Amino acid sequence: MFLKKTTIFLISLVIFFSSIAKVYSIEPDIFVQSTVNRASEALNNKFSKEEKIVKLKAIAKETVDITGIGFYTLGSYRKNINDDQKKEYSNLFEQYFLKSFASRLAEYSNPEIEVLSKKKLNENYTMVSSVLVATEQRPQVKIDWRIYTKNPENPLIRDLIIEGLSLVRTQKEEFSSIIQSNDGDINALFSTLKEFIK
Amino acid sequence: MKKIIITSLISLMLATNVNADTDGENNLSKKNSGKVKDCFESVNRATFSLNQGLDKVIFEPVAKGYRKLPSPIRSGTSNALENISSLITIPNNILQGEFIKAGINTGRFAVNTTVGILGIFDVATKMDFPEYEREDYGQTFGAWGIGEGCYVVLPVIGPSTVRDAFGSFVNVLGGDPYYNASVHGNNQYLDKDIYMTTKTVSGIDFRAKNLESINNLEKNSMDFYASVRSLYLQDRQQKIRNSDPTIDIMYEGDWEEVETQ
Repeated sequence: MFLKKTTIFLISLVIFFSSIAKVYSIEPDIFVQSTVNRASEALNNKFSKEEKIVKLKAIAKETVDITGIGFYTLGSYRKNINDDQKKEYSNLFEQYFLKSFASRLAEYSNPEIEVLSKKKLNENYTMVSSVLVATEQRPQVKIDWRIYTKNPENPLIRDLIIEGLSLVRTQKEEFSSIIQSNDGDINALFSTLKEFIK
Repeated sequence: MKKIIITSLISLMLATNVNADTDGENNLSKKNSGKVKDCFESVNRATFSLNQGLDKVIFEPVAKGYRKLPSPIRSGTSNALENISSLITIPNNILQGEFIKAGINTGRFAVNTTVGILGIFDVATKMDFPEYEREDYGQTFGAWGIGEGCYVVLPVIGPSTVRDAFGSFVNVLGGDPYYNASVHGNNQYLDKDIYMTTKTVSGIDFRAKNLESINNLEKNSMDFYASVRSLYLQDRQQKIRNSDPTIDIMYEGDWEEVETQ
């Protein structure tokens, strides 16, 4: 009898927590729209460029898997570096990413992005499709977001694919070029990153 | 007949070149992370610097000036250039076996050239024709399974591959009806100068549409040359596959090894 009650109690607990998890999981398209809205607000012309950059960096820290992108962009080189180098690289990459990302976005004012659809590819990834609405100066731009959904309560952006071109892949190939131009020395990449974030 | 022989010879040379480049694992690069070798990297980097210089002095200022023209003039120019490009797209649709697309693009060209007044107005899009996608001989070679060969940077023209450069060469060997009508057409409306002007305006139109994005990329790149090479090759691969780029990119690389949650 006791065993039966305990089993029922445990099953109820599992159902309860899994339903809570469902309640708190965030749909990737809603996550993207919300992130875009926050970025649009940060890019409002009432803020100075410096204020915009501070706000954008805060949004990126919350919504982008900077650590994951950093290790992905290292490619096969990440397998040959020790823990201290990994730590140093993660730190440098985060600073580089935030500076580069904020600086790129701060040039825009009130970009209008419409989220169109989402496509779940597997448990870990959903692609969200959107468009950057055309202005007088430039045509409409298609933007796809690779959302990492391993933890559905905390989805994170892992890549932006602009008109079919992956920003993270481009970054990976740029880093690879820097390392290869210096005879495979990863310290050359560290020096270049340090130079950039100065 | 002579042109057909020359084109066949070039195709053969390309195929031979591809065999020479392949190391058996379909990973053409040992020096770069991508799949295309940058065999002439030092020369390419020098040409790239030259092109950047030309861009700073000529193309960027002209593109900025072009952007000051009223929007209807720019969109009309852009539409007309796109309409002319269908003269290359249509034969390539056929060569790739995409006969339905060839038919649609022929209809689009006919409507825009007549009702749209030489393509200035994109009437076909308003009539709900499917979205237009450019094709060229480089893409057709790719669709036929011919590899890129080495990556090259051409003076003024910019990034390309051996295959794509030969693809462009086919245009002047009779593959571009607009070139044929302009240079060999013996008519009072078109000539070589008009053809060259069209190509130049096409370059300026492209630069004007991408002013911020190119400048932004340059400003935020630690190796601008490598970034441009990556973007060019990604773009070509996607266009040749004519597939959903998001799905292709999704499974590209080693994302699964990167766990952060």
